[in-house]
Amino acid sequence: MPDDLINSYMTGPDEQGRFGMFGGRFVSETLMPLILDLEARYEFAKTDPDFWAEMDWLWKHYVGRPSPLYYAERLTRHLGGAKIYMKRDELNHTGAHKINNVLGQIILARRMGKTRIIAETGAGQHGVATATVCAKFGLKCVVYMGAHDVERQAPNVFRMRLLGAEVVPVTSGRGTLKDAMNDALRDWVTNVRDTFYCIGTVAGPHPYPAMVRDFQSIIGKEVRWQLAEQEGEGRLPDTVIAAIGGGSNAMGLFYPFLDDPSVNIIGVEAGGKGVDDRMQHCASLTGGRPGVLHGNRTYLLQDPDGQILEGFSISAGLDYPGIGPEHAWLHDTKRAQYVSITDAEALEAFQLSCALEGIIPALEPSHALAHVMKIAPTLPADHIIVMNMCGRGDKDIFTVAKHLGFDMKI
Amino acid sequence: MTRIDTTFARLRAEGKKAFVAYIMAGDPDVETSLAVMQGMPGAGVDIIELGMPFTDPMADGPTVQLAGQRALEGGQTLAKTLDMVRAFREGDSETPIVMMGYYNPIYSRGVDVFLAEAKAAGIDGLIVVDLPPEEDDELCLPAQAAGLNFIRLATPTTDAKRLPKVLQNTSGFVYYVSITGITGAAAPQPADVAPDVARIKAATDLPVIVGFGITTPDAARGIAGIADGCVVGSAIVKEIGAGKPVAEVLAGIAALAAGAHAA
Ligand SMILES: Cc1ncc(COP(=O)(O)O)c(C=O)c1O
Repeated sequence: MPDDLINSYMTGPDEQGRFGMFGGRFVSETLMPLILDLEARYEFAKTDPDFWAEMDWLWKHYVGRPSPLYYAERLTRHLGGAKIYMKRDELNHTGAHKINNVLGQIILARRMGKTRIIAETGAGQHGVATATVCAKFGLKCVVYMGAHDVERQAPNVFRMRLLGAEVVPVTSGRGTLKDAMNDALRDWVTNVRDTFYCIGTVAGPHPYPAMVRDFQSIIGKEVRWQLAEQEGEGRLPDTVIAAIGGGSNAMGLFYPFLDDPSVNIIGVEAGGKGVDDRMQHCASLTGGRPGVLHGNRTYLLQDPDGQILEGFSISAGLDYPGIGPEHAWLHDTKRAQYVSITDAEALEAFQLSCALEGIIPALEPSHALAHVMKIAPTLPADHIIVMNMCGRGDKDIFTVAKHLGFDMKI
Repeated sequence: MTRIDTTFARLRAEGKKAFVAYIMAGDPDVETSLAVMQGMPGAGVDIIELGMPFTDPMADGPTVQLAGQRALEGGQTLAKTLDMVRAFREGDSETPIVMMGYYNPIYSRGVDVFLAEAKAAGIDGLIVVDLPPEEDDELCLPAQAAGLNFIRLATPTTDAKRLPKVLQNTSGFVYYVSITGITGAAAPQPADVAPDVARIKAATDLPVIVGFGITTPDAARGIAGIADGCVVGSAIVKEIGAGKPVAEVLAGIAALAAGAHAA
């Protein structure tokens, strides 16, 4: 669709679950009736005041929303350009934005009479959030996690087990996030009657990308009024920036600003060791091409024969060879810009945030921050950047220590 | 009429049920899988289902997953799978071949290019697991237009309301997946499946073939008995995966075929 024919970027997806050519419902017949049922239930819930009243109550009293919008004064001064705000979703209960979405899906699952919840997880943040909400509601919880990630995110594995979830290390394929998603889908196909699949990002078959986006949009909605409160009525950010694994924290921040043409939107993919033909990165938009995986059409890392490639990133939460279909569409229509940041750049940003702001960020938002470090110095002082600090770094200290050559054994 | 239609017409005339057998192309290498394929008609296979390997087979259990991995590690590609079909067709112009797999390798090749190549190579039908009727514009309709059957899966979750939609653009036969689950899962009892098969047959004139979980000649006979035939996959793939010689794999297939044909 050419730009000038689009009068709103917020109306998608269409009835086929498409954002332009992206999205859709590429699932086996066994799952199709479930997905249609979920869509109907979600469409109903979306306009049901009781549903949102329950969400709002839990967001406030259980998650701790609204999360602060914080002016990072020392960082701003250090970079010497644009004014930098951080959206502090790392302060949420369970330490990341993931719980915003999990609450919505679990409330829906309960309304649908489902008693068993399954989830996939990469960094473990979505798994922890799902295990948490399941514990709160007394639901059975099974989390699929790539065997490789089980190793590099050990603290989160223990957290999930403490919370009563069963964590299944996935060894099929290469044992990473995409394989965890495959195994979750296999579980769902097998246990269709009592099980709800709580997807952790804006990917999967329709209605997941739209539903997860809607639940995460609380992030951007809060930014709108919080910035107005601090900077004056009607003041919008000039640039919003977020890291992208599947793209849920980014969609959550971006969505409420899609129809504000003055707002620059930048998504930051994981560049791993560099986006080149060694393919040691997870930058689906910058280094991939359109394909079909996990129920939707989107940009994927794949070989010339359409076989899916493994991503590579220091950050387990960004290590996914695809990206949500709405991002693929925003990329093609050029409403949003997508860039990549390497492991080394993210590690530098991680340390800068610790040193200047006293905030230990997760490695995922460290990617977003690294891009802020690149552009802020080139922008005027009245340019406002809002970056999504979507997770805290507790889970990553072992990984970072290893990369910095610090011996964690006491 | 495709080879699939002709085969069912012949089986009907003979009063026989169809035996459909699945192997993965290129598992563990092209030479072995081609040898198994070439031996299948002689072992009693009426329709060959040839798996196209994919890195992310969401509907498959460990047995077929590993077969796909072996094939991919051996360098199998879509082009090589079509080469295999051409080689097979040099000695067999009658046995129907259905390619089964996932959409991305086809999409990556380009739908029109793929359909032309598949048709020319001697493919008769396609089963693409991740293309439900909601996505018919992608491949199903172009495939039918190109003269290939598009065989749809019906499942226990396909209720009466949805069944017409599933049957609408289906051709060749209907593949009834008898359980909610992945390939290689436990087998259902024929008596439990019979009502579902009857429900589908009441809604279509197409043959209904039942698959998933059949591992023994007895089970093949039982399931074929309540439908127009049965499919065996994982049980055969498992033998290939265990490194059994081709002759032994074919003997196993022959026993399963005899089971189905005794129904
Ligand atoms: C803190 C954090 N940020 C980002 C992500 C990436 O997911 P998404 O792109 O859906 O926000 C994860 C995933 O685990 C995460 O834990």
